[in-house]
Amino acid sequence: MKRSVTEPQTAKGRFGMTRRRMILGGSLLGGALLVGYVATHPMQVVGAILSGGGTDPEPSAFGSFIRIDADGWVTIVNKQQELGQGIHAGLAAIITEELDADWDRVRVIDARSNFGAYGTQVTGASNSIATHWDSMRNAGAAARAMFVNAAAQRWNVPPGSIDVRDGVVTHAGSGQSAAFADLLEAASRQAPPQVPMLKDPSAYRLIGSERVRRKDSLAKSTGAQVYTQDVQRPNMLVAMVAHSPRFGGRLARFDASDALNVRGVVDVFAIDTGVAVLAETTYAARLGREALRIEWDDTDAEMRSSSDLFQYYHDIAEGRGDVQPADFETIGENADAPFEGDVVDFAFDFPYLAHAPMETLDCVAEINGWDVSITSGAHMATIDQVVAALTARTLPGKVDLEVIPAGGSFGRRGLPQSDYVAECVRIAQRVQGRAIKLIWTREDEMAGGYYRPMSHHRVWVQTRSDGLPERWRIHSVCQSVVPIPLMPNRLATEGISHSPYFSTATTVKGKIFTPSFPVVCSLWRSVGHSHTAMVMEHIIDQLARRADRDPAEYRRTLYQAAGDTRRIAVLDELLLRSEWDRPLEQGWARGLAVIEAFGTVVGQVAEVRLELGRPIVRRVVAVVDCGIAVAPDQIAAQMEGGVGFGLSAALFGAVTLKDGVVQETNFDSYPVVRMNEMPLVETHIIKSTNRPTGMGEPGVPPIAPAVANAILALTGVATKSLPFLSGNAATNAGFPMQS
Amino acid sequence: MYTISVNNQTYDVDEDGQTPLLWVLRDILKMTGTKYGCGIAQCGACTIHVDDQPMRSCTLPLEVASSYRITTIEAVEGTEVEAVRAAWVARDVPQCGFCQSGQIMSAVALLRTIPSPSDSDIDTAMSGNICRCATYNRIRAAIHDAAGTLKGAAE
Amino acid sequence: MSPSGPAEPRRRRFGIGFFFRTLGLIFVVVVILGLVYLLYPRPMLQSEPIEAPQAAAQVDHLRPVSDFDNIADLRARSVALFEEAGRVIQNPRCMNCHPRSDRPTQTDAVRAHTPWVSRGFDGGGEPTMRCSTCHQNENIEASGVPGNPLWHLAPIEMAWQGKTLGEICEQLLDPARSGMSREELLHHMAEDELVGWAWNPGGDRTPAPGTQQEFGAIIAAWLDTGGACPQ
Repeated sequence: MKRSVTEPQTAKGRFGMTRRRMILGGSLLGGALLVGYVATHPMQVVGAILSGGGTDPEPSAFGSFIRIDADGWVTIVNKQQELGQGIHAGLAAIITEELDADWDRVRVIDARSNFGAYGTQVTGASNSIATHWDSMRNAGAAARAMFVNAAAQRWNVPPGSIDVRDGVVTHAGSGQSAAFADLLEAASRQAPPQVPMLKDPSAYRLIGSERVRRKDSLAKSTGAQVYTQDVQRPNMLVAMVAHSPRFGGRLARFDASDALNVRGVVDVFAIDTGVAVLAETTYAARLGREALRIEWDDTDAEMRSSSDLFQYYHDIAEGRGDVQPADFETIGENADAPFEGDVVDFAFDFPYLAHAPMETLDCVAEINGWDVSITSGAHMATIDQVVAALTARTLPGKVDLEVIPAGGSFGRRGLPQSDYVAECVRIAQRVQGRAIKLIWTREDEMAGGYYRPMSHHRVWVQTRSDGLPERWRIHSVCQSVVPIPLMPNRLATEGISHSPYFSTATTVKGKIFTPSFPVVCSLWRSVGHSHTAMVMEHIIDQLARRADRDPAEYRRTLYQAAGDTRRIAVLDELLLRSEWDRPLEQGWARGLAVIEAFGTVVGQVAEVRLELGRPIVRRVVAVVDCGIAVAPDQIAAQMEGGVGFGLSAALFGAVTLKDGVVQETNFDSYPVVRMNEMPLVETHIIKSTNRPTGMGEPGVPPIAPAVANAILALTGVATKSLPFLSGNAATNAGFPMQS
Repeated sequence: MYTISVNNQTYDVDEDGQTPLLWVLRDILKMTGTKYGCGIAQCGACTIHVDDQPMRSCTLPLEVASSYRITTIEAVEGTEVEAVRAAWVARDVPQCGFCQSGQIMSAVALLRTIPSPSDSDIDTAMSGNICRCATYNRIRAAIHDAAGTLKGAAE
Repeated sequence: MSPSGPAEPRRRRFGIGFFFRTLGLIFVVVVILGLVYLLYPRPMLQSEPIEAPQAAAQVDHLRPVSDFDNIADLRARSVALFEEAGRVIQNPRCMNCHPRSDRPTQTDAVRAHTPWVSRGFDGGGEPTMRCSTCHQNENIEASGVPGNPLWHLAPIEMAWQGKTLGEICEQLLDPARSGMSREELLHHMAEDELVGWAWNPGGDRTPAPGTQQEFGAIIAAWLDTGGACPQ
């Protein structure tokens, strides 16, 4: 390969893949997958391309997900990404329930990326339990039937008279029993049933019980759990990349001479996303990167500040911008007709948010000719595998992607672009045969984009004489988080579209404006709901207040008009559990929010007081309807985590730009909720026999409006933007100790 | 060349004296239980014990560390450690788990100083450790549990 | 997993499903080819010499004591000297360790210290969250965390934040609050090692103006001129 470009003028546009091109690439890939989904049997198409992907799982007579050892231990293969949400236990519990294995003798291992064995491995949209409810039950039930049939043959009794419990197969009539281990060989020779019999939910012994607990708590309490950051391979080098400080900036020139003089630095070279420094240790890589001299070309870069962007967004929402809207919701005739009578005008601003998982972005890759070997906390393994293959110009089947637990992600590791995986592969290509561990520092992660997009929502509501909404008009301005051109920007308005609060309206018109500029956005825990919940839930409290009605009663009226029985049930339980009607001490107020996200309904009541203008949240009562509760303790854990995550964003979360440069670079300038600021969270689960829905994200959205509604109740002042506290105020008032 | 004592063993480390101990532990000694989370002593994921005092290893230079006895999550031991670990597992405290090495190192140090900490003591000792999964409720409860275990054992 | 059973009815080969499948396949192939084109490596820039940027070192000096000699009125001169010293005293480097509460502040913006910390019994932090959990005997370049062997907060009686320069002045001269005689005060200002840190704060912190020596001279002259305080 010729590498002799020195003249920046001629080099421009030729030095490799820019961020924009990467986005375009990801867009096309995403588009391909999407068309696959929509147009045809997508799995067959993608399967044809991915065939042989990853290392084959160990062969097992009981399918891809279940292995049973001679000692009777059951190994369940977790095909989804464990990033803290406890999915390994949830999926394993579903299999274990139908298999009737002994939960205490079940271990869970993480699957490598392998489309052929496991299907699409994409963790997101809180889909893991919901999407795998049938396949996991079937896998467990089929294996159980094999043991039942083997026992029936051995004891010469009808299969229907055999019971299985905790890994022991019994025949009550003859008093015979055998453990899985005793029947293992005979069972593995049985043909699995085509349509296995599934249990009725009333017969569940494990699902829904407190026995469904995590399997990784001990490893995560001893330092033994290995994350990508911890992976060691012989002769491995650590890589860091100097990225453009501005979005859309390109590398113009760089001087590596000082960096190469840093002890431990092995190589320095340009890649499409910046300048890579390879070193023997992480610290050397960092020192080497600091010693680089780089000039960036900001011709195509975003140079505006956050305040400029908000002004731009406000102009757009009022029809003065350069962005054409698309309708996302139209109800009734003449929805565009001018409003009259009592019209309330609401406006909300939301900032960019970084994900800031505790483990920063990292990836390990090694390339030997056509073979690519990757270890990563891969959120979307299937996509990462394809992107890695394309980047390395090999076949997906030549990419062996070992998926290990991630130290959080909140969406950052789950990009269709797989940006950091591609970056790692690019670097590994330069040092064939030697493993590379790419490390992004905290500063890289926070300034590196792929944020929850900033947004502006302008809402006009015309109310009836009883104070209920009569007409709605919504103008939402938000970048797209999915890099697919021309795709409707639905994720920016989820939570607004099809709202039950439209139930009394004669007309509704929702318009979405999707500006496009180089700041890159992506999926952030709860996606559009992270801002739309605040819009709808805070508007409802303001409308109720104007009508002098109780916000809970006002909601119930609208839910009844919408026939939304799930929200009514959650609301009623919430009022009971939070003792809504019992007044709090002087200075405290409750705030309420009820949302539906990813098929799950969550309501939260926050108890809030203000100290020097700063909201103090001491307790949050939460009620959730997520269908059948597979792992109640993990549902509670996700609710606690969702409240803490949402509260961090609501209280102080903001990534701001000054002349295009990100100002928040670490936890000192991007504070998050700490021990002394965390409210006590109580979770109550609505009993349900519906199919389970997701829990990883729905706990996040309600807390911001719940706090805003409490502040409204305390002070009569509505919140128009998040976070509640910014700049110095984020730390200045001095959070007092709780309790 | 510096000689450091980590987990009751001595190691000769040929690195610059300003190298943060965090990277010596992780990259040279391959003890990866101590995590990098921020690098500026904000998150506490790299907490270790220096002569039994909790410290952030990301801001502890190798040349300073060489004068002390270092203990990491891999080898920290004692009744408080056992009580804390048991409580952590019993309550399923970890989610992603990445911060928990640091949380446990801070919790152990707290219980060694204050065997029956109040909620306010827990706030003081633990607010230097960030958990993005927000497992704080369970950390607090587990510390109280561990304190109860220690009290029971002492009686 | 496919036991032989009754043969399924043969599906029509050229149905609408076949059409869509083919279309989807073609689309995917086109996209893959497009991606290969997009991702095909281009020549990369090579390292080239760039001149190191010249650091414009600009020291913000305090006015020399002689500057004040032309103020005839001794009291006015003393006040003027203290006001010059006030440029240091009210600098974030000093104010951050003289908070009005138990919680220090930090950064040039004088915002509350994060994480949450409290002074404890000796100004060196609570027993379970000592300053030394993070702060070493020196500034640590790798982490940007400042340090000094004497790192601790000023006693609450010496809170400066929220006070005027005149109030701070009165407070300094009141041994009941400052805990210092005038000699000790001069020593604190002119020679104390932790105070000296303010001129060498490390990281991206702005140092206090001048030097500790210049500051010491101003304080000495202020005391010599009677130690008058601004109103």
